Amino acid sequence: MTALKDIADKVRSKNAGPFWLTLDVFCGTEEAYQRISNGLDTDAVARLFGTDPTQLKRFDMPELNVVKFSLPRPAVQGTRADRDMHGASFAVLLGEVRIDR
Amino acid sequence: MVKVLVPSGALGLGYDRDALARGIAEKPDIIAIDGGSTDSGPHYLGTGTSKYSRGSTRAEWAELMAARAEAGVPLVIGTAGTCGADDAVDWLVDITREIAAERGEHLRLAVLKSGQDGGAMARALDAGRITPLTPAPEISGEILRDCTNIVALAGAEQIQAALDTGADIVIAGRTTDTAIISALPLARGCHPGGAWHGAKIGECGALATTSPNTGTILIEFDADGFTITPMGAEARATRRTVSAHMLYENSDPYRLYEPGGYLDVTAARYAALDERRVRVTGSEWVATEPYTVKLEGARRAGFQTVSLVLVRDAHYVENTRAWVDDIQTKCTAKATARVGGDFQIELRIIGADATLGPLDTSAKPGSELGVMGIVTAETEALSREVAKMLNPYLLHHPLTEQEEMPTFAFPFSPPEMPRGAVYEFCLNHVLALNDPMDAFRLSTEEIGA
Repeated sequence: MTALKDIADKVRSKNAGPFWLTLDVFCGTEEAYQRISNGLDTDAVARLFGTDPTQLKRFDMPELNVVKFSLPRPAVQGTRADRDMHGASFAVLLGEVRIDR
Repeated sequence: MVKVLVPSGALGLGYDRDALARGIAEKPDIIAIDGGSTDSGPHYLGTGTSKYSRGSTRAEWAELMAARAEAGVPLVIGTAGTCGADDAVDWLVDITREIAAERGEHLRLAVLKSGQDGGAMARALDAGRITPLTPAPEISGEILRDCTNIVALAGAEQIQAALDTGADIVIAGRTTDTAIISALPLARGCHPGGAWHGAKIGECGALATTSPNTGTILIEFDADGFTITPMGAEARATRRTVSAHMLYENSDPYRLYEPGGYLDVTAARYAALDERRVRVTGSEWVATEPYTVKLEGARRAGFQTVSLVLVRDAHYVENTRAWVDDIQTKCTAKATARVGGDFQIELRIIGADATLGPLDTSAKPGSELGVMGIVTAETEALSREVAKMLNPYLLHHPLTEQEEMPTFAFPFSPPEMPRGAVYEFCLNHVLALNDPMDAFRLSTEEIGA
């Protein structure tokens, strides 16, 4: 078991407007891409952010060795419940996911 | 062929002056720069103000106005003053008048306003002209009328109308990030898919290159696509840096929705022309009916007062969660009994999970912690009153009745800091228009000497 962040080059999260969060996993190599793309369970990612899995969009992009997720923001940007205005810290949660293959 | 020079990702972010000078030497047809985004939060749209200082904005805008004079082409800014509300546009117009007067320059200025009247939006909602995107908060006529600012995001058509006035400078309210770049290539008949795709790649300046901080890039649009050339001496655009930019702040990496349709880059082809230039073809523009523009709105969501206390005593550091939960319960009960009204007390533990909250299951505290008390209330007075009631708890509250009264570290007197009104984004909707100019107001004026 290895943490995703130790396999990928970079894990980034950004706002995609005030209502969406988007996470980009830059895998770096084709090998890392295969390992992450196959090892990362979509439902587990949804649970990580407390998101309804039907609302989670996943894009596996072999042309860029990138796996991308987009989801409605856990709290709408800037509301009382929001803790991170730019949403960059959510990447840490995804980076800590263990990949078991 | 149309050459668009983008000095940087946003006015106020800075750029490499040599890169801008190289860009001007390339004889662009237009200089386009973004003035804002929602990324810094709802305060700016809520108040109609800029996040960047007037001094920084003025200094960079003066340099761009000088570059424009040298190039002799139009200078366009979208989403002026961070939020693109009418007040923020007026703020930049004032700055522009000052600079023009100082430079002794005579200029034609076109001003495009994107602000929407809440009452008119309530009527549009009743008429079925406002529809939700996903996920959309519930809205009503009352919520629309409550917004301190609503803006519609202008597209290429509205920027083209502003350019058609023959303006030297266009200051636009809220626009899509891409519209200020795509407008001229589209007006001159360049490839529509290429125009929008090139605009998306260029909207953050040199972010789509190997040296993001150099800022300036040149995009050449033609009948089949576009070519991106960084202006920074060391900056290179590669197939990878360019194609990966569709990921950036975009929930769908293949599609980008714009007024009047969407860009689809599924079939885009990226070719390296040399070490530093990339050519892109095959992007598609799909026009849709009816013509819609996205709306953004912000309204007041109460008043906030924030308090800060530091905890170093190991006994309390180990038991901070129980400590703050007890304070929250007791202080809420006391404030309800003594002042009542609509308020919430929240205590976030800095050094544990203040960043991610309950989502963070592996948080580990260190030798000290901060506790940030946040009181949100319906009035400014109530928010301060409840924060003052929180003060003795944060200073002295014991974990158990059996222990001596502790005293924690207040970094300030008073420890509570009023934040004034807080705002929230309340629209993720689109507005249907019969004519693209229906929701926008365009005016021109002659400024300077």
